Formats: sequence, structure tokens, C-alpha cells
Amino acid sequence: MADPEKPEPTRRDFLYVATGTTGAVGTACVAWPLVDQMNPSSGARADAVLEADISAVKPGQQQVLQWRGHPLIVRRRTPAEIAAARNVRLEDLIDKLARNANLPEDAPAIDANRAAIPEWLVVVGVCTHLGCTPAASTAEAPQGSYGGWLCRCHGSEFDTAGRVRTGPAAQNLFVPPYAFLSSTRIRVG
Amino acid sequence: MADGQPIYRPKHGLTRWLDSRLPLPRLVYDQFVVYPTPRNLNIWYTFGAMLAFFLAVQIVTGIVLAMHYVADGSLAFASVQNIVREVSYGWLIRSLHATGATMFFVAVYLHLFRGLYYGSYKAPREIVWILGVLIYLAMVATAFLGYVLPWGQMSYWAATVITSLFGSLPLVGDSLTQWLWGGYAVGSPTLTRFYALHTLMPFVICALVALHIWALHVVGNNNPAGIDVAGEQDTLPFHPYFTVKDAFFLSLFVIVYAALVFYAPDALVSPDNSSPANPLVTPAEIQPEWYFLPYYAMLRAIPFKLLGVAVLLGAFISPLFAPWLDSSKVRSCRYRPLMRWFFWGFVAACLTLGYIGSQPVAAVLHLGVASLPLVWVGRCATLYFFAYFWLVMPILGRIEVPDPTPETIAQPVLIKEGAA
Ligand code: HEM
Ligand code: FES
Repeated sequence: MADPEKPEPTRRDFLYVATGTTGAVGTACVAWPLVDQMNPSSGARADAVLEADISAVKPGQQQVLQWRGHPLIVRRRTPAEIAAARNVRLEDLIDKLARNANLPEDAPAIDANRAAIPEWLVVVGVCTHLGCTPAASTAEAPQGSYGGWLCRCHGSEFDTAGRVRTGPAAQNLFVPPYAFLSSTRIRVG
Repeated sequence: MADGQPIYRPKHGLTRWLDSRLPLPRLVYDQFVVYPTPRNLNIWYTFGAMLAFFLAVQIVTGIVLAMHYVADGSLAFASVQNIVREVSYGWLIRSLHATGATMFFVAVYLHLFRGLYYGSYKAPREIVWILGVLIYLAMVATAFLGYVLPWGQMSYWAATVITSLFGSLPLVGDSLTQWLWGGYAVGSPTLTRFYALHTLMPFVICALVALHIWALHVVGNNNPAGIDVAGEQDTLPFHPYFTVKDAFFLSLFVIVYAALVFYAPDALVSPDNSSPANPLVTPAEIQPEWYFLPYYAMLRAIPFKLLGVAVLLGAFISPLFAPWLDSSKVRSCRYRPLMRWFFWGFVAACLTLGYIGSQPVAAVLHLGVASLPLVWVGRCATLYFFAYFWLVMPILGRIEVPDPTPETIAQPVLIKEGAA
């Protein structure tokens, strides 16, 4: 005989648990589509490759393209800018990782890991703080004190290799996956 | 119901019929006609009614705007221009809605500071207070979502910066922001979903307001003296005494509203929002609407991303704990000689943060010979903001000697009347 304190489960108990479980599983199954519909659609995921001609960019200038809805900065660096970027010691950087999609994740943020061809720096123009587009510094109109970019939203500064030098941003500007198709054509994505 | 409150007795056949089926008139009678209200409520107690009024204004004007607005990245900006230039009275409706949001926030801030000053957050009104803070947070969300809809430069970059806040969360940050955006950057899918939510939120607010008033009417109003109602001599029926008082001050407030709508519809709108959204160029100075400036200043005061986000979150939720942080037995600052000063310090800190938020990041304050970077002023004000809740409230109640509180609410009122 069963313990009188714990009566045998009845048919009603069984129906109760079975219905509850079916309901819970069903709700979870319906909830996922409701959540997942917010993710980027297949159309948005498909359009991710960009090809562009960058022959018009003069040394010391940058061109802003659009890639995945974001600004993409292609900067043709002057010898002075390259030298400035190479003279920075790794210890002085806030973010010591290259953040380069073309290299292993732990590659250090030395200039050669930021720009494979020293003259051309290709970075996503999205401040790693909260997403503004940083303003480019030029010899005539300096922005910030590191010669690269200044984000006017909350004051982050980047050097001529696009590495963050003053917060609040905590990461270097991202280098997207890209390749040079010829000396003046580039493919991003 | 309090003793001695008149009982609803429907006089006509129809109202009797209704009363035994859906006693809505009885509810209105009990809660808004004979509802016993402390007789000493002052002007600061009229902002609740104003808030209800502005919620209604936002819903009515919002639905009219929704009839003409198109929530698509390529059409939204033009559709708002169409509302303002072509739709009959569209300029008026749009201005009423945009300025209405401003007046709504003026009212909610005064209402909140009122609650802090008179200790309305303390027992037994904890739930009233918490629901109030939740309403405020829902308003913040609604106004942010609405500000994105005209799809100007400020709309776009406000959306980018605010959604990127979620990107600072460890591990889930990136997928969470892409989920919010529906893409790899703020774009048309983001706009469309923000529109859907902007339309939904006001009705969520309506539900919260109903709970807020319900909870309030269970325990009764606090009052400027901060003492409990002791009996009938302390209260007056809500109608006509407080309906008239609310209506009078509402009419003054609406005059200010009308002045802004007709004479300065763009006074508080950034000129940058007159250019269509451009994902490739951030405007030189980005800035939220005035009612978010204090938070913006806090965000900029912190040089580390994750900490900045944590501080922002803390600023939004700290008020929720006020009922349990404040250790004083006395509610009203009228009888708290020290708290009074800390309260005004808190108001000053919020205003200072608002001012700093409106200035460029690198701005410097010149005080005669010395010069002080504003970001440091912002850091001090941010510290004070938090200290008010987490240090002043718990400690002051233990060391402060409160002034004697009156015996009853009626006493000071009657003494004043006798003297006059
Ligand atoms: C809690 C109530 C509400 C608040 C605080 C609020 C706030 C705002 C704000 C700040 C804007 C931007 C105004 C501008 O810069 O022009 C806006 C725009 C808009 N809102 Fe609301 N709103 C509310 C309720 C509603 C409702 C109920 C609807 C529709 C059912 C609505 C529909 C719209 C539309 C279509 C726009 C875009 C048109 C425009 O920019 O003028 N709103 N709202
Ligand atoms: S977005 Fe660049 S500093 Fe905040």
C-alpha cells in the first residue's frame, strides 16, 4: 500500500502535469520565432561584400565608403603618419590587440598588424565607444592630439593606425576583412 | 473607504441598472468625487493631473500623426516634412506632439522632485513610488523611440549611441545590438520596429498609471506636512475642491504649452534634425533632448565604457530603492532641517548635470583665475546624485533632529485661517 501521507497520483494529476508541460514547451517554441524575427534578415546578411576603386584618394586624405550600413574609412597615410604610428610602443596602448579580422585574434596592435600595406589603412568608421563616426585629423585641421581621429561624441581619440589612445572607447577601430584586388581596387567583406 | 464618506446612490433607472451590472459610475464617484483628500495639498500636488492630461494629448496627437507618418528609412524624413507642410493642420499636430513631450517631462520632473521633498516615497506609499518610477522609465523609453522617428541626423545618431550602450555588455553585447538593430547598423528595420514600440508604449503607460492611482487611493495622498490623515477634519472631497485646483493650474501650464507650440515650436529641437539621417557622417555636436541631458553628462563623465553604462543604469534604478534607503521617521522635508539642504543640493546637481550635458565634451569653466574642466564638475555632480540616495538618505535620518511636526493636518491650516 502507498504511504497515506502521499496519496497515489490520480488521473487528474497526470492530466494536470501533462497539460502544463505541453503548454510550457509550446509557449517556448512560439516565443523563439517572436524573438528571432528581430535579428538581421537573410537579405541584410547577404549584402555584406563591397568593391571600390580608391585611386582618387591622395596621400593624407581619406575616403568614406559604406559597408554593412556602416562608414568604412580608407585612409592613404603620409610617410610622417606611418612613422608616427610605428613609433608608438605597445605598452602605451589602451588596447593591445590588433582587432584585425584578417589576422588571428591575439595579434598585437603593432602598426604592421593594423595596415598590411603601410600606405593604406582600412578601418570601420565606427567609434568603439558608442558608435559615432570619428572625425579625421589632417595636418591642416588637427583633431585631437594623436593625428588620427577624434570622436566628438564623448571625446575618444585615435592615432594614425586607428588605435584608441584616449577613452572612453576601449578598443581600436576594427579592421574589416579586406583584400586589394589591384593597386587601386579593394574588396571588403 | 474612509468613514463618513458619502455613499453612491444612483437616482435614475438607467444608472441603477448600470450599477448592478458594471458599477463604473460608482467607481468614479468613490475615487474622483468624494475621495477624501488632505486639505493642505499645494500647487506641487497638481502635476499628477497635468501628467494625465499630457498622456491624453500625446495619444490623441500621436494617433493623428500615425495616420500620415511612414516608418521606412527612405520615406520617414519626407513624410514628416509632408505632415508639417501639406497635411491640414499637420504643423499644429506635430508641434503639439513634440512640445507635448517636453511639457510631459517638465511635469514628471516636478512631480518626482515633489515626491522626494515631501517624503511621498516612504511607507505606506512604496508601491505608489515604484510604479511612478516605472512610469517615468517607460516615458524615457517612449520619448527616445519617438525622437528616432523623424529620421533626421540627431534621430539617427541618438539611436546609434543609445543602442550601442547594449554593446558594452560582456559576451552578449554584439549579438544583442544586432538583434535590436535588425542589421549591422541602425537602419530601416530599426526605424520600423521603434515605431511599433513607440505606438505600444503609451498604452503600457496607461496601464501603469491605472495601477499607480489605484495604489495611491488604497493608502491615500501624502501631503506637504507629511503626516497621516487623522480624521474627517483633515480632508476635503476631491470634487470640487481639487478638481478646480488641478484645472486652474493646468490652465496656467497649458498657456505655457501653447506659447511654446505657437511661438517657439523649434526652440528645443536641434537644428541638426533638419537634415535627413546620414549613416556616414556624425554631426559635430551630438546631444539628446533636454530631458536626457543629465544622464548624458553622467555618461560622458565616466572615461570607461562599461562603467559608464553601469552608472547610467544605476542612475535610473537608484530611486526605486528610496523607500528603504531613507531612515528618517519624518516624511516631509518641511520638518527636516538638514535633509532640506541636501534635497536642494540634489536639485542643483541635476540641473548642473543638465547644463554640462548641453556643453561640448571638452568645455572648461572659467572662475576668475582658476579654470575647471566641466567633466570634473560632472563627476562631482554624478557622485552627489548617487550619494543622495545611498549615503544621505540612510545616514541623515539617524543623526538629524527633526523639527516638531504638527498634531494634525487641520491644525496649521486652521491657525493660519484664524490669523488671517
Ligand atoms: C507617452 C506618450 C508619448 C510620448 C512621450 C511621445 C514622444 C514623442 C517624441 C519626443 C517624438 C519626436 C517628435 C519630433 O521630434 O518631431 C514623437 C514622434 C512621433 N510620435 Fe510620439 N509620443 C507619445 C505617444 C505617441 C502615440 C500614442 C503615438 C501613435 C499612436 C505616437 C506617434 C508618433 C509619431 C507618428 C511620431 C513621428 C512624427 C514626428 O516626428 O512628428 N506617439 N513622439
Ligand atoms: S561614441 Fe565615440 S567617444 Fe562615444
